[in-house]
Amino acid sequence: MKTVTVVGASLAGVYAARELRAQGFDGRLVIVGDEPHRPYDRPPLSKGFLTGSVYEDQLALTDDQESAELDAEWLLGVRARGLDARGRTVLLDNGRTVSTDGVVIATGASARRLPGGDLVGVHTLRTLDDARVLREELTRGSLRVVVIGGGFIGAETASSCAALGHDVTVVEAARLPLVPQLGPEMAAVCAALHRRAGVGLVTGTGVAGLRGSGAMPPQGDPTGGRKATAGGRKATAGDGSRQAVTGVLLADGRTLPADVVIVGIGATPNSGWLAGSTLALHDGVLCDDGCVTGLPQVVAVGDVARVGGARVEHWTSATEQPRVAVGNLLAGRTLDTVRSVPYFWSDQYGARIQFAGRRHQDDTVRITEGALEDGAPAEGGFLALYERDGRTTAVLSVDRPRPFMRARRELARSADPVEQAAL
Amino acid sequence: MIPVCRLEDLPVGESIVVDTTPPVAVFNADGELYAIDDTCTHQDASLSEGWLEGCLVECPLHAASFDLRTGQPTCLPARRPVRTHRVTVDEGVIHVHLAAEEGTAA
Repeated sequence: MKTVTVVGASLAGVYAARELRAQGFDGRLVIVGDEPHRPYDRPPLSKGFLTGSVYEDQLALTDDQESAELDAEWLLGVRARGLDARGRTVLLDNGRTVSTDGVVIATGASARRLPGGDLVGVHTLRTLDDARVLREELTRGSLRVVVIGGGFIGAETASSCAALGHDVTVVEAARLPLVPQLGPEMAAVCAALHRRAGVGLVTGTGVAGLRGSGAMPPQGDPTGGRKATAGGRKATAGDGSRQAVTGVLLADGRTLPADVVIVGIGATPNSGWLAGSTLALHDGVLCDDGCVTGLPQVVAVGDVARVGGARVEHWTSATEQPRVAVGNLLAGRTLDTVRSVPYFWSDQYGARIQFAGRRHQDDTVRITEGALEDGAPAEGGFLALYERDGRTTAVLSVDRPRPFMRARRELARSADPVEQAAL
Repeated sequence: MIPVCRLEDLPVGESIVVDTTPPVAVFNADGELYAIDDTCTHQDASLSEGWLEGCLVECPLHAASFDLRTGQPTCLPARRPVRTHRVTVDEGVIHVHLAAEEGTAA
């Protein structure tokens, strides 16, 4: 291969570029990124970046030395808008095309939005630009913040807003947040973290809409229609025609007053640009277990990739898949597959949650170390094992990193067919 | 020079955090004592809670690995070294000699 184009300049794209060089690709390397920024790490955006303990320069994924060593052609602030049928030409939105022999698709996912979400004060949190705007807004006095969605982004953002002294309410449509990830028992434990921190948690009701200034004040709401003056938000030029959000209307008829609304209702894979290609798309780019698409010279990694039937949005997957994907790309066929045990973490309300494994719906869960207190993690946290047929399928830890690492390694060992054969 | 604990209170494979600013972790790696800055240079995590194997410690959050002898990262996502500090044992008590703030990280 003379030219490989990595489409996407975030975590998975950067790891793919590194792997290409590490695995001996010495041809032309083109990296296309739709954001204008150098590659940066997203997880701190909802945590330390919002609260002010992490600065922008600490988010950088590469330094000058590494960038030089990658010897890549960076096309930043440019969006890919098409891939030809043979997967040999990437079309860019600036009118340019890139002729290429191999393609790594790493275009990630975008935050899902709510209808009516263009009101001033309504945010999603995915990109550095999103986080900059939100962080700025959160410095404007004591605010009423409503977070829509109790998943990891929602919970972490709510935690950061509470740490900044704001009055925070989380709205979750399901009976409990995080049930698909953690199961009902442990989801209840994590939900207790919100309440312990004084954050309101409204569950079991969806959002019917957003209220803006100038709209009819909601009935029966003492603060309804009050202009968001707490933070002295100024309508700047360009905002002149936009209304400011004043509240969140729930499906059960209630309205939660809000100066700031953060929408954390998941992400959709950025695969729309591939609509005219021959690649199979269904909730992401369909790949085999080795990240290879229907075209052997096109692989996909990270949030946009549906690898072996599953699309995961974990940071660690985005760092692990590129090694396998790039190996297969350079080989021209699937030699290796991704076998790692899924892992994710979340920092909220001073607790560090870590999870590894594949939990199934009917797995049982038991706490093997530490304890609960009033339904929340006790001082010192706990370790919980998910089990089925006497086997451990997954492990959850709150503030117990050491035993968690041990359990995670055990899971990896028992999941590895090579290791198993040796037993 | 900061007293840490008695030698017998830090068995092989164990680690302890010294409450300095920034905190320092002392490891007993197969009988050899090492001290490094406790906080991973990638993101906020305590290396004393990491996975110790030989002279390497793996961060419990994102699996960055550091060589206890040099402080150098041996794999991503860490790209910067942690500081290393000299360790001595005097009359059965482990002591850490903090490296100067500047010029020792690399």
